[in-house]
Amino acid sequence: MTVSASSSPAGSEASERDRRAPVARVLLPVAVLGAGVLAWHFVVRIYAIPPYVLPGPMLVAATLVQDWPILWQSLLTTLLTTAEGFAAAAVGGIVLALLFNQSKWLEHALLPYAIILQVTPVIAIAPLLLIYLPQQTAVVVCAWIVAFFPVLSNTTLGLNSVDRNLEGMFRLYGASRLQALRYLKLPAALPYILGGLRIAGGLSLIGAVVAEIAAGSAGAGSGLAYRIAESGYRLNIPRMFAALLLLSVAGIVIYMGLAAVSHLMLRRWHESALRKEN
Amino acid sequence: MIEPATAPSESGTSPRVGDAVSMKGVTKRYDGGVVALGPLDFDVSKGDFVSLLGPSGCGKSTALRIIAGLSAPTSGTVRIAGGGRSIGFVFQEPTLMPWASVRDNVALPLKLAHRPRADIKGHVEPALARVGLAEFAAAYPRELSGGMKMRVSLARALVTDPDILLMDEPFAALDEITRFRLNNDLLALWRDLRKTVIFVTHSVFESVYLSRRVVVMTPRPGRISAEHCIDTVEPRDEDFRTSAEYAAYCREVSAALSRAAGRP
Repeated sequence: MTVSASSSPAGSEASERDRRAPVARVLLPVAVLGAGVLAWHFVVRIYAIPPYVLPGPMLVAATLVQDWPILWQSLLTTLLTTAEGFAAAAVGGIVLALLFNQSKWLEHALLPYAIILQVTPVIAIAPLLLIYLPQQTAVVVCAWIVAFFPVLSNTTLGLNSVDRNLEGMFRLYGASRLQALRYLKLPAALPYILGGLRIAGGLSLIGAVVAEIAAGSAGAGSGLAYRIAESGYRLNIPRMFAALLLLSVAGIVIYMGLAAVSHLMLRRWHESALRKEN
Repeated sequence: MIEPATAPSESGTSPRVGDAVSMKGVTKRYDGGVVALGPLDFDVSKGDFVSLLGPSGCGKSTALRIIAGLSAPTSGTVRIAGGGRSIGFVFQEPTLMPWASVRDNVALPLKLAHRPRADIKGHVEPALARVGLAEFAAAYPRELSGGMKMRVSLARALVTDPDILLMDEPFAALDEITRFRLNNDLLALWRDLRKTVIFVTHSVFESVYLSRRVVVMTPRPGRISAEHCIDTVEPRDEDFRTSAEYAAYCREVSAALSRAAGRP
């Protein structure tokens, strides 16, 4: 009922809504967050929930400050693993897509295995990798396995989406394969590659976390996921929450960073980076 | 690399001196068995402005792509003066690289030919000036209107100073005002540079206004049905567009087009 009532006078109100939209897009999620934290706080207080079941937001914040030296070290460890996995996924995905694009034989030979790696749950592969590889390597390989496929498939899609007339023009002017790749295919695929990298950033964090969890107490690792598992055994629930919070923030920062890079690289020409008014 | 069917080693009569393009018995059949073209016998003398006029799907664009070496003929021979290295092509769409500035788009053919940077700059600036876009060199294609994009495309085709300019319905998607202006600009360029121009269009009015020779093609498979020479006072301008002579030519060519399509 309220929906139909508020949306009926269109026209001028619609344009007003558009102008308010950016403010709403920032303020609304912040308001929801604030409301959620408040509700959390009062639920814990009113029902007197003990901290080893559900710590309140204040306690989590206090733990974050108090345990900062440990958590910060763990965050750095996890971020380093994520970055290594992400770099390997970016290079591997793009290079493999370029090779596939140059040789159909190679694509037919290898693509099925890339898909198998992608569809097999990494949580099931991680324990095996931990047997055969040194722990740090195994963790990076996990991050790579999860993250490389979106880069590969997006880059392949981009390389195949080149304007046919532009391709004809390159042929007309006698472009070599390398020139066509450098001046035509790679720039045309760039928006797709950046889209793949944006997905891969978050996924490599997930891969790193999965491998750390799988390594568990057996490993000598000290990443954030290891801290979560360790705190769980010790019933140090506030620290679990603090570590979880840091992981979420890390994921958000990674995504926003990659989105910003993508925007900066495409803003002069690609539709996705242009404002609606244009 | 283009290896067009233009090698002079092939058998057949040698082309007349002064022919820029000479096609003999050219046909094109696609993989599905559809015969798109021909047989087509077609000569264009150097410095001429010829329009290929025909209904949609008659293979006139295919003929142009064969001349350019972008498509291989199923049979027949194509000879191009100078071996086909000196061709500029303007597509139906502007076909610009959206990620590159106007300057870089125009510079592309020279860059692909590994010309030195100073040399490239020395050619790009005049080419842009010739189409009236000197101050838009740093702009990106999306910042330009449809007519301006087409001018960039034209500048790119001219930047290598080709002998032959092939144009595939370049102005079909533009509004009438822009199209008329570009028609006049193209005529001025042709008078100044004396290129051989082969212009594909489905507009009777455009073909009569622009060209010295209008070649009327039949529906698929495209063959030559009739030819009309447009002999009028040069240079042509807006006075010609509104003259009785122009109207008479248009009527004549229009009737030829109807006959070619099998309509009385």
